[in-house]
Amino acid sequence: MIAPTDSPIIAVVSRGLAPFIQLFALYVVFHGHYGPGGGFQGGAMFAASLILLRLSLGGEVAAYQFKNGWATPLGAAGVAVFAGVGILTMMRRGEYLNYAFLPLGLEAASLRSFGILFIEIGVAMALIGTLVAIFDDLVKGHESD
Amino acid sequence: MISVSFHLPFHGDVHAPSHREISRTGSRGAAAYYIRNAERDAKTINMVTVTLADYRGFDTLGETVVVFTAGIVCYLVLRRRRE
Repeated sequence: MIAPTDSPIIAVVSRGLAPFIQLFALYVVFHGHYGPGGGFQGGAMFAASLILLRLSLGGEVAAYQFKNGWATPLGAAGVAVFAGVGILTMMRRGEYLNYAFLPLGLEAASLRSFGILFIEIGVAMALIGTLVAIFDDLVKGHESD
Repeated sequence: MISVSFHLPFHGDVHAPSHREISRTGSRGAAAYYIRNAERDAKTINMVTVTLADYRGFDTLGETVVVFTAGIVCYLVLRRRRE
């Protein structure tokens, strides 16, 4: 577990900055339909904000927002969302990941748009979980553990 | 391999074989179809997103699994075993 920083400047700035980074990360994820962005980029930014809190405030305080044990299950859930969308389309007798067969009751083009959104969210979840999990695993063997 | 790489078409060359609408063997190229029909097919104005997530969705699933596998391997290698 990382010890919290001694500098009040680092603590206050990172604490104030993290929510804005997270908000912008969500914007990047959902902006993937209209411009640069998507699940990989947004997920990496969100994970960066969580790691920033872990580095500056220490593992104990940062765990209030995102517990250490959540990271790997979240990554697995992200991959499961992605693969689950594909299985859902197969259950409606479509091809794997052919979003036109999603059971939402819209026309095919809109369904594809929603399918892209779902898998972007799955990718973002996988990225957040994996990056935070790697960081936590690296920190686990720290001296002050 | 290096000498062949000098004869490859330049980046962004519109006459490159991979950008032709009809290939040399007479089959239709994929790139021109994606550019024309991405917005109509998926109601998403970002062509890149449609290509990555819809036309090539299975590839993106593979990328996600690769990233997740890296996390799992770190978990297995770095976590201290309980005695």
